Amino acid sequence: MSRQGMRSTDPKKVNSELFTLTYGALVAQILKDYENDDEVNRQLDRMGYNIGVRLIEDYLARTGSGRCYDLRDTADKLQMAFKMYLSITPSVTNWSPAGDEFSLILENNPLTEFVELPEGHGGLKYSNILAGVLRGALEMVQLEVAAWFVQDQLAGDSCTELRVKFLKRLEDAMPVGED
Amino acid sequence: MASTKSKINILDKPLSKGKSEINISTFGLLFCEIVQYCQNRVYTVPELQGKLSDLGYHVGQRMVDLLFVRERNFKRETKLLNMLVFIKSVMWRAVFGKEADKLEHANDDEKTYYLIENETIVNKFISVPKDKGTLNCAAFIAGMIEAVLVGCNFPAKVTAHWHKGTTFMIKFEESVIAREKTAEGR
Repeated sequence: MSRQGMRSTDPKKVNSELFTLTYGALVAQILKDYENDDEVNRQLDRMGYNIGVRLIEDYLARTGSGRCYDLRDTADKLQMAFKMYLSITPSVTNWSPAGDEFSLILENNPLTEFVELPEGHGGLKYSNILAGVLRGALEMVQLEVAAWFVQDQLAGDSCTELRVKFLKRLEDAMPVGED
Repeated sequence: MASTKSKINILDKPLSKGKSEINISTFGLLFCEIVQYCQNRVYTVPELQGKLSDLGYHVGQRMVDLLFVRERNFKRETKLLNMLVFIKSVMWRAVFGKEADKLEHANDDEKTYYLIENETIVNKFISVPKDKGTLNCAAFIAGMIEAVLVGCNFPAKVTAHWHKGTTFMIKFEESVIAREKTAEGR
């Protein structure tokens, strides 16, 4: 099939506003279906987890990166992944003294452009899907982490802060029925 | 408003140029979750397409103003054909980075138009299961088109079909055609 004209943009990219508005439509729909902020946060986290589980394959295939030496290494790779998939570079800071916990600071977040939270949704973590993505992706490389938002620009904070805590290293488990 | 933190009103921020882009995999996976979410709440293919179309409508409603402010300096189209060409070229280029492939007028029905797109972005990563042969997830985009048309006062129904890639069938309400004729007569 002949393709008419030249694509003005990279075919591997998509307009970020389409993405922003699509995500907005999804959150609005879930909010309508569940009518409860906490339940919506859970749904978003679960969807993010499903995305992360698959996204890690794409990441590994494209970057060919090997295992991480430590959590700092992981944090750097997460930063790179944010650049690859969301075209933003969060800063990595607020390391805990033990080095098992850090924060990703998002100065601009493509998910929340055009977004304003209506009154009465103080508990809604609008970008919670990102926490799920991190958890899902890292679980697939044997790292169990907890990820949660501690600050959110939508709620009036000066930046959006995603906290990541290393929980444990998962042992290679054989899939059921394959021994 | 009671909160002590100062929220910045969205209208106080300057409007971006809208040129930023993100990886298509990110969008593909998000859309995949959307389809699954909708799928879990319906029983039939038409219902699923309806859900996707509703979500697209939500996106389209928000896209109308953005497009006209940026591309047309606030001026809306008033002629039917100009409106359709606007969708085919301006909207398509802004959202999908290219123009739609074809715009056709139905031979046997003056209120029906077809907008043809060989490869829609949403179907790029979707393989339709055999038992759901008629499912076209571009219903999402059909919803967007419908919202843009309705938002510009051209009430219409838009549906997505598998034909030459994806064909969006746009059926305008009688009133739109009637208005168009009176405008031409002047």
